[in-house]
Amino acid sequence: MTAQLLTFYLFSVVILISSLMVISTKNPVHSVLFLILSFLNAAGLFVILHAEFLAMILIIVYVGAVAVLFLFVVMMLDFKTSINKDNILQYIPIGILIGVVFIAELIIVLINTKFDLSNIQVLPNPLSDFTGKSNTEAIGSVLYTDYILYFQLSGVILLVAMIGSIVLTLREREGVKRQVVSEQLQRQGKIDLVDVKSGKGVDI
Amino acid sequence: MISLAQTYFIEVMTIILYCLLIFVPLLLGVVMALYADRKIWAAVQKRRGPNVVGPYGLFQVPADGLKFIFKEIILPDGSDKTVFLIAPIITLALSITAWAVVPVQAGVVLANINVGILYIFAISSLGVYGILMAGWSSNSKYPFFGALRSAAQMVSYEVSIGFVIITVLLCVGSLNLTEIVMAQKTMWFFIPLFPMFIVFFISALAETNRPPFDLPEAESELVAGYQTEYSGMPFVLFMFGEYINILLMCAMTTILFLGGWLPPIDIYPLNAVPGFVWFLLKVTFVFYLFAMVKAFVPRYRYDQLMRLGWKVFLPLSLFAVVATSSILFFFNLAPGM
Repeated sequence: MTAQLLTFYLFSVVILISSLMVISTKNPVHSVLFLILSFLNAAGLFVILHAEFLAMILIIVYVGAVAVLFLFVVMMLDFKTSINKDNILQYIPIGILIGVVFIAELIIVLINTKFDLSNIQVLPNPLSDFTGKSNTEAIGSVLYTDYILYFQLSGVILLVAMIGSIVLTLREREGVKRQVVSEQLQRQGKIDLVDVKSGKGVDI
Repeated sequence: MISLAQTYFIEVMTIILYCLLIFVPLLLGVVMALYADRKIWAAVQKRRGPNVVGPYGLFQVPADGLKFIFKEIILPDGSDKTVFLIAPIITLALSITAWAVVPVQAGVVLANINVGILYIFAISSLGVYGILMAGWSSNSKYPFFGALRSAAQMVSYEVSIGFVIITVLLCVGSLNLTEIVMAQKTMWFFIPLFPMFIVFFISALAETNRPPFDLPEAESELVAGYQTEYSGMPFVLFMFGEYINILLMCAMTTILFLGGWLPPIDIYPLNAVPGFVWFLLKVTFVFYLFAMVKAFVPRYRYDQLMRLGWKVFLPLSLFAVVATSSILFFFNLAPGM
């Protein structure tokens, strides 16, 4: 149990520090790298909770794909000119606003529990019994049966977003050379075999 | 704290011992793979390859390693030094970490976790960070181009690798690597899933930046790609990380399609051979294929690479997922149904 506790503290301390570094480092690329570090440690927390499947999906989707594209974009920014001290100060009011909202919500929760966290009302478990099932099996058995509508809807939303971004950025450019592999590999009608008499040449 | 240390001391020591048991053979394997790679390449081109240092040139790779160790580590002036040095360490560490779940024989595995295949997939998808960080922190044009190419390439081919893995998982019904191998007791998966075996093999080449997909380090265009500014030990770390990744991909091909440690036929003289020997033989065979491809396939152009990944492999593997699940469903073959 103590080892578990220690690993929990290790992961959460690293998450907190790296999240702080995300907003405090000068260099945007370093920010993204710290963001990735905190993602990884969040995956570590999932593993401690015995949610290995979620941990791996978090790494594959967020760290392996989303953050790579993020890093990709940030690396191409010319950040040396974009950093300005006055710029940072102008975000302080909205930051304070968000902080106040967040703290207010926490306080409301605390008032509801009468300042004793053991009073928190846990929702009755609406799901079926998962004992003896692995993580992956448990998620799959509800995701594709009870929640199929939401699953499909989120898929459609993502599809719409994808098609939308393609439509917005697609433009027909003139004079672009494209390789059509099937045409290139075709022999009939594309290639003429000509017997060239020596010293005569041919008309092309 | 003292009692805690006492309780966990033996456990931690055992884990470290296990880690060494993975790490040392892996390093030996990399040395042999480097040697084999050069020898096979040479043989295809009718050269002799390394043949001076030691018997049959066997000590060429350790000698090269020593040379790199004694070389100066040059830190480019305009580079981001921390990221520059972390990048090769990440590459090597990640590639070794993935081996923790690879079973070389029934029960012989450091961590027999339930989501083994996802773990390997996750770790190999992290491998791109080493390259991206190296390319960016070098603060130089060629490494940056190499890193961008490599990132796009690895992200693209991961998609088709993911779908290929899903087709295999559909036939197994488990994400555990040991169970994936045991499911191939009657028939290795490369027979029923042959097209996917080919897709996986080619995607593995692209994923590990092997020729003909070694565009991130295409020397005719980019000097050495993301490794251009590296010298000495950091370069060795990159090289080792790369080769350990290649061996990992060979092992994955073996586990997913070639029946892992299972003998070809379950009869007496064959099944008396210990499992890890079969495993090693199969990994060596797949590596031989990797080396042969390197020797006789010319390098792809970048647009051709992207076309192959997105317009050929992605539809093919998507179709294979649908087809495999349909067949399994209609003929009641799906495991656990």
